Amino acid sequence: MRESAPRLDPTKVRLSNEEIRRYGRHLILPEVGLEGQMKLKAASVLVVGAGGLGSPLALYLAAAGIGRLGIVDFDLVEESNLQRQILHSTPYIGRPKLQSAKDRILSINPNVAVELFSARLTSENALDIIRQFDVIVDGTDNFPTRYLVNDACVLLHKPNVYGSIFRFEGQVSVFSAPDGPCYRCLYAEPPPPGLVPSCAEGGVLGVLPGIVGTMQAMETVKLILGIGEPLIGRLLLFDGLSMRTRELKLQRNPECKMCGDHPEITTLVDYEAFCGITPAPAASENQKAFSISTGELKRKLDHGDPVLILDVREVQEYEIAHLESLLIPLNDLPRRVNELDSSQEIVVLCHTGVRSGRAVEFLKQMGFRKVKNLVGGIDEWAELIDTEMPRY
Amino acid sequence: MSTKVMIPTPLRAYTEKKDVVLLEGNTVGDLLHQLTSTYAPLRRHLFDDQGSLRSFVNVYVNDEDIRYLQQEETRVTEKDTVSIIPSIAGGKESAQ
Repeated sequence: MRESAPRLDPTKVRLSNEEIRRYGRHLILPEVGLEGQMKLKAASVLVVGAGGLGSPLALYLAAAGIGRLGIVDFDLVEESNLQRQILHSTPYIGRPKLQSAKDRILSINPNVAVELFSARLTSENALDIIRQFDVIVDGTDNFPTRYLVNDACVLLHKPNVYGSIFRFEGQVSVFSAPDGPCYRCLYAEPPPPGLVPSCAEGGVLGVLPGIVGTMQAMETVKLILGIGEPLIGRLLLFDGLSMRTRELKLQRNPECKMCGDHPEITTLVDYEAFCGITPAPAASENQKAFSISTGELKRKLDHGDPVLILDVREVQEYEIAHLESLLIPLNDLPRRVNELDSSQEIVVLCHTGVRSGRAVEFLKQMGFRKVKNLVGGIDEWAELIDTEMPRY
Repeated sequence: MSTKVMIPTPLRAYTEKKDVVLLEGNTVGDLLHQLTSTYAPLRRHLFDDQGSLRSFVNVYVNDEDIRYLQQEETRVTEKDTVSIIPSIAGGKESAQ
């Protein structure tokens, strides 16, 4: 292995009597045994993201007796995380996820050396962090970090245990193993922002990351022990609603820009730009003309201005909380645009202002001129204007 | 003589929520073009402006990626299942 941290020699680690009692159910498995348990203790695993996938991963890897567990995260625990991120708990709301993760891991297994990286994984720090671990587990929630983790793992020859979720469906695979494919062999490029709905827009059933993250933990343990058939060159698809799994064949693409026969990418790049995400520029005068703050909207409504509020969220979201408005979910807008009167002043809102921004762009293309995006969405309205309104 | 085309969750918004669509055709290309003529808004999610299949959407016949078969010319029968598998990331609103 090139550029990797020196691996601990499993024959040199020792298990205490307490550890032998703790891992008894592993030790009596012929596939694990004392030798396997020592491999787990000698191993180091990096979990990228302490969220929905990272939660079961960290819990099971800690319980299994992984010697050194690294976690990268920079978020705080929020109430809306607790529906699926079982690493964290109610008393930790508002505190760093890393703190919550460390306390929980050590309460499960004080033998684990926990290493915390309080940062967003970036092109600048990724190689230095990833280099220090034997196996990398991708529990991220966005495309730029996924491609970054993939590329860094390929450059450093580290196996990358991949998991991804959407609503009721998950994907699991092992990338960047010797002779195996990488994430770019599966998907050479990410979708442009906005084309594929995210979990924040589409929702996710809380049990799903539990299942997918646990599958990733299983693959990680198998890789370390060298047992079974890891998901190298196979993409496992899981559908929680039908409770069906399927498996698709993956192969290393000889033309892959990252791991192919003639790699074009030999260093980490700007992944935000690669994924088409450009830093939000200061709002131009033109954009300002097409946006409105929650305070301004409140003044207009109090004043009795004839303004139509167009809500472009989904029905389920509308049912949680809404203003007096017309509901046309963003996806239905092209089909139902004729229900709108372009001579009327229209304020478009969604949860936080992202989808409504897209709706305003679309309406502008359709010739609407008196259309404004509610900056901060109904979430900011509930935070600043109507504090009785539930937030989600 | 129709072939099953499996629609993934993120794209069901464009197929009247159907998870399976039965279509007739001899090749994967036939099926996809029929699919996107029936459900026109789906087109830009599968094909780019030049009409090529987008690189974040993979199409499989049974468990084989059509990129390693005959691409859109890959022949299908009523015994085959065609699956559209787009990339998913989980997580937050990407434009924030």
